Amino acid sequence: MAQFNLPKNSQITAGKSWPAPAGAKNLQTFRIYRWNPDDGQNPRVDTYLVDRDDCGPMVLDALLWIKNKVDSTLVFRRSCREGICGSCAMNIEGQNALACTMGIDECKSPDNALPILTRKDKDGAIRIYPLPHMPVLKDLVPDLTNFYAQHAAIEPWLQTDTPSPEKEWRQTPEDRARLDGLYECILCACCSTSCPSYWWNGEKFLGPAALLQAYRWLIDSRDENTGARLDNLHDPFRLYRCHTIMNCANTCPKGLNPAKAIAEIKKMMVERAV
Amino acid sequence: MAPTARPTTAQPLSPHLQIYRWTWTMAMSVAHRITGTALYGGTALVAIWLVALASGPAAYGWVAGFFGSFVGKLILFAYTWILLHHMLGGIRHFVWDAGIGFDKTQRLGLARLTLIASAALTVIVWAVGLLAR
Repeated sequence: MAQFNLPKNSQITAGKSWPAPAGAKNLQTFRIYRWNPDDGQNPRVDTYLVDRDDCGPMVLDALLWIKNKVDSTLVFRRSCREGICGSCAMNIEGQNALACTMGIDECKSPDNALPILTRKDKDGAIRIYPLPHMPVLKDLVPDLTNFYAQHAAIEPWLQTDTPSPEKEWRQTPEDRARLDGLYECILCACCSTSCPSYWWNGEKFLGPAALLQAYRWLIDSRDENTGARLDNLHDPFRLYRCHTIMNCANTCPKGLNPAKAIAEIKKMMVERAV
Repeated sequence: MAPTARPTTAQPLSPHLQIYRWTWTMAMSVAHRITGTALYGGTALVAIWLVALASGPAAYGWVAGFFGSFVGKLILFAYTWILLHHMLGGIRHFVWDAGIGFDKTQRLGLARLTLIASAALTVIVWAVGLLAR
């Protein structure tokens, strides 16, 4: 049975409010999850005020502004600042996203939320947490060890029996086009950590990201190990814990559709059995 | 490379249900689970009715009386919606199993349709049932 509430050491306590920047007129409040592995305390949520007139438009700009000007101890991952490295994946206003491609104004007006169940802070604060249901290393940095191991488990490389050709493996433009919508995945973990099935069975269910990659190799016209790849997925948990909740497709910052890829794998399972 | 620093205290679990924004598809998935579980109770109602029917006029009269009372009708009305909602959810899953209905507008539309159509069908079933009596 899934544990819906947080363990004792993970329950969030009140944090501190950091002072407003002097002379700022256009303020935006941020509530940000903090946890320090060295002080033995429970996680807390700190409140920061960001001067919008002095800060770029993206959530990552605000985080960097806070780190540079208010609190240098705030820890988060970031690198490319253009949505291709996947480092700054985090939960922003209740939905997983890349901080670098999510606008500060954009995240306050979600387009797929259920209004009656959407809670908002009265002061219009933007709430930022680490990716959900993950072990936290520090502040907004989750431990992705298991997530990467699951990607490795689907053996994401070309597997062939025929001898390698002298040059490269050839593929028709049509066969190449079948990889569109799959190869663009940057493994940011937004989808897997948005999935309730992954929350409750993350040790056994491979999760949307790894399964999207599994499908990417299953339909690659050059790959010759389709049968064994399907055998590897034929498991009540690894593949079939997907219950089409579709949080993965709703949250993917690259606009990909892991739910559809998983449905296609399920179809392949049926097609080879009948 | 230096060995990875291990935290001095047990790593906390980041919040999940507590903070995740509800989407239509997620809510209808949960509703499908809840209605599916509730159908055990609904099936029990049908079984009670059938057993009473087989047991004779006295037992049947008592059960029919209860189902005909205000509280009984309320329970049956809820059961009708639960059954129809779960049925439409099942059809939605059947559509998805064919590999269609995954695009952004489609999945949102299907989720909304499940709720709206189940409510509408419930009203229709009861209107027809009450008028035909």
